[in-house]
Amino acid sequence: MRITCPLCGERDRREFTYQGDALALHRPAPDAGDAAWDDYLHNRENPAGDTRDLWYHDPCGAWIAVNRNTITHAVTHTALASKVTS
Amino acid sequence: MAKLIAKTPCGDTLPKTIGNVTLSEVLIDHMWSVAPYKRREKAVATALGATLPKPNRFTTKGDMRLIWAGQGVTLVIADRLPDMTDLAAVSDQSDAWAVVAVEGEDAAEVLARLVPIDLRRATFKTGHTARTMLGHMTATITRTGANRLEVMVMRSMAGTLVHDLTRAATLFAGRG
Amino acid sequence: MRIAGKGQIDRNKPVNFTFDGVSYQGFAGDTLASALLANGVVLMGRSFKYHRPRGVVTAGSEEPNALVTVGDDPNLRATTLEIYNGLDARSQNAWPSLKRDVMAVNDLISPFLGAGFYYKTFMWPKSFWESVYEPIIRRAAGLGALSGKSNADDYEKAFAFCDVLVIGAGPAGLMAALTAAEAGADVILADENPTTGGRLLSEDEVIDGQPAADWATEVTAKLAAMPNVRIMTRTTVTGAYDQGTYGALERVGLHKPTRAGTPRECFWRIAAKHSILCAGALERPIAFPNNDRPGVMMASAVRSYLHRYGVAPGQSVTVFGNNDDAHRTARDLEAAGVNVAGVIDTRTGVTFDGNAPCFSGGRITATTGRHALESITVEHAGGSRVIRTDCLAMSGGWNPTVHLTCHMNGRPEWSENIASFVPVAGAIPGMVTAGACQGSFDTAACLADGAKAAADILGASAPAIPDADNTAYHITPFWAVEGKGRKWLDFQNDVHVKDIKLAAQENFRSVEHMKRYTTQGMATDQGKSSNVAALAILADATGRGIPETGTTTFRPPYVPVSIAAMGAGAQGHGFAPERLTTSHAASIARRAPMIEAGLWYRPSYFPQPDEATWLESCNREVAMVRNAVGICDVSTLGKIDVQGPDAAAFLDFVYANTFSTLKVGKVRYGLMLREDGHVMDDGTTARLSDSHYVMTTTTAAAGNVMKHMEFVRQALRPDLDVQMISVTEQWAQFAVAGPKARDLLNTVLDTAVDNETLSYMGCGTCQIGGTPGRIFRISFSGEHAYEIAVPARYGASLFNVLNAQAEAMGGGPYGMEALNVLRIEKGFITHAEIHGRTTAFDIGMDRMISRKKDCIGQTAAARPGLIEPARPQLVGLQAVDPDDKLTGGAHLFEADATPVSLNDQGYVTSVCWSPTLGNHIGLGFLANGRARHGEVIKMVDHVRGVTTRCTVCDPVMFDPEGGRLRG
Repeated sequence: MRITCPLCGERDRREFTYQGDALALHRPAPDAGDAAWDDYLHNRENPAGDTRDLWYHDPCGAWIAVNRNTITHAVTHTALASKVTS
Repeated sequence: MAKLIAKTPCGDTLPKTIGNVTLSEVLIDHMWSVAPYKRREKAVATALGATLPKPNRFTTKGDMRLIWAGQGVTLVIADRLPDMTDLAAVSDQSDAWAVVAVEGEDAAEVLARLVPIDLRRATFKTGHTARTMLGHMTATITRTGANRLEVMVMRSMAGTLVHDLTRAATLFAGRG
Repeated sequence: MRIAGKGQIDRNKPVNFTFDGVSYQGFAGDTLASALLANGVVLMGRSFKYHRPRGVVTAGSEEPNALVTVGDDPNLRATTLEIYNGLDARSQNAWPSLKRDVMAVNDLISPFLGAGFYYKTFMWPKSFWESVYEPIIRRAAGLGALSGKSNADDYEKAFAFCDVLVIGAGPAGLMAALTAAEAGADVILADENPTTGGRLLSEDEVIDGQPAADWATEVTAKLAAMPNVRIMTRTTVTGAYDQGTYGALERVGLHKPTRAGTPRECFWRIAAKHSILCAGALERPIAFPNNDRPGVMMASAVRSYLHRYGVAPGQSVTVFGNNDDAHRTARDLEAAGVNVAGVIDTRTGVTFDGNAPCFSGGRITATTGRHALESITVEHAGGSRVIRTDCLAMSGGWNPTVHLTCHMNGRPEWSENIASFVPVAGAIPGMVTAGACQGSFDTAACLADGAKAAADILGASAPAIPDADNTAYHITPFWAVEGKGRKWLDFQNDVHVKDIKLAAQENFRSVEHMKRYTTQGMATDQGKSSNVAALAILADATGRGIPETGTTTFRPPYVPVSIAAMGAGAQGHGFAPERLTTSHAASIARRAPMIEAGLWYRPSYFPQPDEATWLESCNREVAMVRNAVGICDVSTLGKIDVQGPDAAAFLDFVYANTFSTLKVGKVRYGLMLREDGHVMDDGTTARLSDSHYVMTTTTAAAGNVMKHMEFVRQALRPDLDVQMISVTEQWAQFAVAGPKARDLLNTVLDTAVDNETLSYMGCGTCQIGGTPGRIFRISFSGEHAYEIAVPARYGASLFNVLNAQAEAMGGGPYGMEALNVLRIEKGFITHAEIHGRTTAFDIGMDRMISRKKDCIGQTAAARPGLIEPARPQLVGLQAVDPDDKLTGGAHLFEADATPVSLNDQGYVTSVCWSPTLGNHIGLGFLANGRARHGEVIKMVDHVRGVTTRCTVCDPVMFDPEGGRLRG
């Protein structure tokens, strides 16, 4: 598997650490309520198809949001987590 | 009063020549990480008297060498730095790294045993640097010449670096 | 038998080798199989299940029968093993010898050992499983034998990159590589043979007016001269993976005597933008009674031995086939002067244009010969005839080598034209197919295919295609001869036609079920030559068509890959990076045993000559710190420089407690939570200036904390103007701890410190002999202590200086054991306590979570379940009777409760013998523990069988007022 680090270019999967759903980028406000926090902390989709998750490129320290497909394994898009707004 | 004696990361394990590749330690007197604060990149460049390298590149300006070192960070090898308080986060990194030059006709071939990126001369040119891995270690690889690559890993891993490079060079030479 | 003037071997270079201890001679360029055949040896192995005598069947990596052991390496294929002087190969799966194998008795009882035998036989009685059946099965299982020794040979792994990876260097591959290279692409051409050319080396064909093998040599030389081409011979591409990653196994030194420093094999990971699969095709056998006798082999293999190696595999050869390649074989043999005793063609109305008699519409119904083929019985339109023959060349047609196209779930399609499966376009992103592997079987089509595939990929124009043979391929499918006797399909696993029919009869009708029921295709050759025939028979037995029946799943690797090659170098010092502190050599010189802390190595203790056990050393070192002064290397703790206008705000966000209020020149203990409210890590953070903090993390969590903080900075708080970088490696840092710590430091520092200039939890800069450093007055031992940091190049020197001074004061270095005792006595936590399931509340630090600001974990930590009193809370534990031990991991119960899980009230996390308190003490978590200080409870370690009464107490068991810290 190869993933494109927006800074370093395409690299072998061994350079990355998987973190989980990119939902983690959208931290609720402290007073958002139990349901919002429950969703943020615990509840995850398990899609057969397109998904977006977070990977850490260990060598350069960039957090990356990776769009990929769990059926075909295609990686369709990557972006720096710091640049992701939605 | 005590007088402290300096030691190099690789000590007497280098230099050595295996096949047509020579491994030698590169000694660094002073190196700093420079990470400009928001909207201070130009001011930092002005203070340094050199533009900061783009990702995956290193540049030289006089005796100063500037190496891209990850998102927003440049390693600067120089005798001294101007005061950049309020402009950039500056940390002394002079002792944090073990740096080994891998030199010779087959330098890139030897590193291809350990490093999961394309280091061949045509693709990884002089002036290129990469944050990647060497074996299980995160490493910075920089091409400083047609037949010369510099490998930088954490100082504490100097022994493993020498071990891994020695093994790779030995087996490559052993192909005959 | 060698044939003069034929073959690509070097007859000027004789090679001496042995097989089962007997000496033979071959030539450079021979494989073990060709050299043995040249020496008249046809018996090369025994089958797995019935131990039937077997000879070589193929001339390539698909070989099922001729597997040998060399040195400690089992299951090497004689058909790919190149001979060298001194090669000592041994046959397998036979005892005491290949000719007299006692396990051949299995063959006599074979009627009882058919498909599903295991499932039916070993069911009852149940008690027999462990005592009788399993040991028997284990003894019989396994192909070849492992030496039981660790592999001392050298293996490599390596990475390669290209625009176009061409897999296979036959006519299609050579043309593809040439076209791609001439278009300027960066090309890797990989082929599993020692030389390029593929099938061209094994056929008597002409390309552009010259022998096909010469044409291949010429093209190869042209490619080799191009700087953008890399030719990798002896390299089998074994797997296709995501995003254009391919695995490939190169035989580097398997054709040479083993020598230290020369890799045996190299496992390549190749990243290619495009690949062109030119893997060719494999000929398939025909099932007929006793078609497994040594001397029965593939027709294409007979031609390979003839043309490549100049070997006639028999003196009187017969040919059996359902397509024109059978005739080609007979023609080539006759042209080489080998007697052909008959051409048997299953098709009707066929004639042979050579000398041999032709049996149109013929079937082979029987064979004789125990260790070598002696005769065959042919039934044909004109009757029945027994033919004396020592070699039978069979051709059931060709199967395209589609395997790699299936590695990412691709399913090949049935083609009626060639009666076989062909790959589906797009099965592997970035891969196209060309030549025989997509069903183009004549040479002219292969050449054109290869050129077109490369030209299409690169948008280049196809070059001129050389003239070559374009005879069309004609096949009438024929799978198995009806009649008595076992008709073998999978030679390696001894599966025959009846087994497949039995599977269908017993309702294992799915091809995947049939495979597992019969073990068809499950041997090391993965059924390369037998699978298609087996599923054709299954299709017939279940009354379905072949397309409907489908294929089993081809998975990587295409050929067996030794674990040694995949794990190359990952042994000993290569297993994992070793992080060594600057004091490492000095600690080793002091004979300190090292223990691993993450990747770091740290000293356990520093034994003195009169100390017999670690505990004696540990007790001395603890006393030394409590009474004089001790030195400990703490460089392994993570150190992170956090700088910027918003550094304070950032720390307030990642830490539970507040750092914006910390004064410059001061240090504060910090507690870091995960977002789910549990404790992530702890450590001290010093404020060096308004905008500069240096944070410490625990040794084990340093990497994770850095990663977490980068996440917070990049993803959650990009609004903050803050930068951070690890400075762990920059500084060698030593704890100087004990009542005499300051006295010691003042002998070393250029400027002395006192309680005014450096009070408890203060920090600053210092100088040692002109070398600038940092000094922190912090303590992990409960004593008056400092940590002093210098640039790492001076670490070794400072460690020696500090120890020399300490020893002059009755102190010295201390290791991890003493460090652990010192911190347990003081109730300081480590990751034994903050193990991922504890909250700030559990460790009694919930009041540290500031409510004046948001921080990671604040919201979740306030959830009712995480702050209820019934949760296990951190307590100290002391044995009631000092002779009783506490043990880590033991569970806690009320004094009179039965020690069962229903009554479980907590557990022990850290234990030690405290020389200071003269008792076994520990830390643990006890339900509502903070309210139970003074209560006597029971610790039960069910695993070690220990029960100890202990008193619950405050975790801080020594100097609770902290007077010694401030000293």
